Amino acid sequence: MTHKGKAHKFGDDINTDEIIPARYLNTTNRAELAKHCMEDADKTFASRVKQGDIIVGGRNFGCGSSREHAPIAIKAAGVACVIAETFARIFARNSINMGLSIVESQEASARIRKGDIVKVDTKTGIIRNETRKESYRFEKYPPFMQKIIKAGGLMNSIAKKKK
Amino acid sequence: MGYTITEKILLKHTKLKKIHPGEFIDVKVDLCLGNDITAPLAIEEFEHAGAKKVFDKKRVVLVPDHFAPAKDMKSANHCKMLADFAKKYGIKNYFEIGKMGIEHALLPEMGLVLPGDLVVGADSHTCTYGGLGAFSMGVGSTDLAAAMISGECWLRVPESMKFIFTGKLNKWVGGKDLILHVIGDIGVDGARRNAMEFCGPVIENLSMDDRLSMCNMAIEAGAKNGIIAPDKITAKYVKSIKNKARPGLGKIYHSDEDAVYCQVKEYDARKIEPLVACPNLPSNVKPVKAVKDVPLDQVVIGSCTNGRISDLMIAAKILHGKKVKQGVRLIVIPGTQKIYMEAVNMGLARIFVEAGGIFSTPTCGPCLGGHMGVLAEGERAIATTNRNFVGRMGHPKSEVYLSNPAVAAASAVKGRIAHPDEVI
Repeated sequence: MTHKGKAHKFGDDINTDEIIPARYLNTTNRAELAKHCMEDADKTFASRVKQGDIIVGGRNFGCGSSREHAPIAIKAAGVACVIAETFARIFARNSINMGLSIVESQEASARIRKGDIVKVDTKTGIIRNETRKESYRFEKYPPFMQKIIKAGGLMNSIAKKKK
Repeated sequence: MGYTITEKILLKHTKLKKIHPGEFIDVKVDLCLGNDITAPLAIEEFEHAGAKKVFDKKRVVLVPDHFAPAKDMKSANHCKMLADFAKKYGIKNYFEIGKMGIEHALLPEMGLVLPGDLVVGADSHTCTYGGLGAFSMGVGSTDLAAAMISGECWLRVPESMKFIFTGKLNKWVGGKDLILHVIGDIGVDGARRNAMEFCGPVIENLSMDDRLSMCNMAIEAGAKNGIIAPDKITAKYVKSIKNKARPGLGKIYHSDEDAVYCQVKEYDARKIEPLVACPNLPSNVKPVKAVKDVPLDQVVIGSCTNGRISDLMIAAKILHGKKVKQGVRLIVIPGTQKIYMEAVNMGLARIFVEAGGIFSTPTCGPCLGGHMGVLAEGERAIATTNRNFVGRMGHPKSEVYLSNPAVAAASAVKGRIAHPDEVI
């Protein structure tokens, strides 16, 4: 799978309270959650983000609560992929389970600048920064996770197993 | 090569003959848990998948505690979703208002988690039960939906880190300070994806409330689970519960002598004093004495970290006969109904109210800026909770300091962050 879009940069330890503040957790409505995506990290993000854009974070992206509303809000806002130096554990498993593309690359996280046009190829494990004419490599998912992603998320994956 | 306690519990919950760190495995879960924020998403997934029943009616736990008692209509609808789901599928462990408590205070108290259990919960602080010598980890709502259907969960076997505490606890220092000290040392991703095993003479003498409080915050270092080997203190605690549905003391595992750790850290507890985590990360830890003149608008004593009876007893000891500083709001929240009644019967509730504070029904409310004490722009609180991220308790321009109950109570009296010795 490939994703191509404009990069939105964020720093280290972006936590789920910033991604989707608890004051909006009284709903599971995707569109409603999308409206408040990243609100406490960048108030203007939800109004600026375009379909297919890419979030680039630093270390430990998505730390904090287990709320799946965080990757849901990001995906519903139109973000195609999140690149970070590292991801917090629960955010990472939630993203894989519900089908948000995430990739870890220290180099990409450091080199990509705000507004760069970035192409992520999950098959080859290469991120192409078209603005800066640079490429970065990332570790592809281990086969166990790829199986979940290929099935279209965890629920489809367990439905397949049962059959 | 030996196994750590975490590896032993995981292995016991698979059909495999051996496991090793880094390996992805499916495990059988003894219990799965959701609350009024995470379970609604899981219920939607469950129904969307066309599931007809849960894998085991006794092994699914639903606790409306975050925005409960319902703070608004939308939250009320979520709480009702849990009630309806529990009724429809015959879930035994659904806790309505009146029986409800903060989930991670409630489950151990009800004897729903025993040593050696494997628990997954759609709440990041599910790691609390490691205090009992169980493996427990926070997961997401889709994980919960899958676990409710299949009774299984996937995970990566974590590397284990060992934290040895030697020496003796200083006055006014509790489990909260020990874990804040660790997080301050290794950072909010210092144990990312790993198991944190706490041991040493200090831990062996630590009360169950303090152990639960420590393991509760393993997630704040990014860990998968925190764990303390069961011992006499664990056995005494489990015996006192008397859950007829779960007789016995659970399954007792200990790490082998030759178990492998990716990191071993040793701390001398004599060097650890009461601490605070300053805004906006739980790792921004300083001794209380080093934090000067930080005026406060609010003090919260409670939560899944420090809302147990011993926490309230410490706070009451400091607040007895004293007054909360004019202009400061003190909010005390017992973790469960049982703790609430104990606090009433022991006269603690009276002490809090006479001091000028309020004594609330159990709820997670203010900890996540939900209700019952949301902060306004520019306001500052000290709380015995577990997170102090930007906007955690309300306005993005409000601030949260984290501490133990003694420091929080002393700070309520002084109206600024204060050491308990300044008050008592």
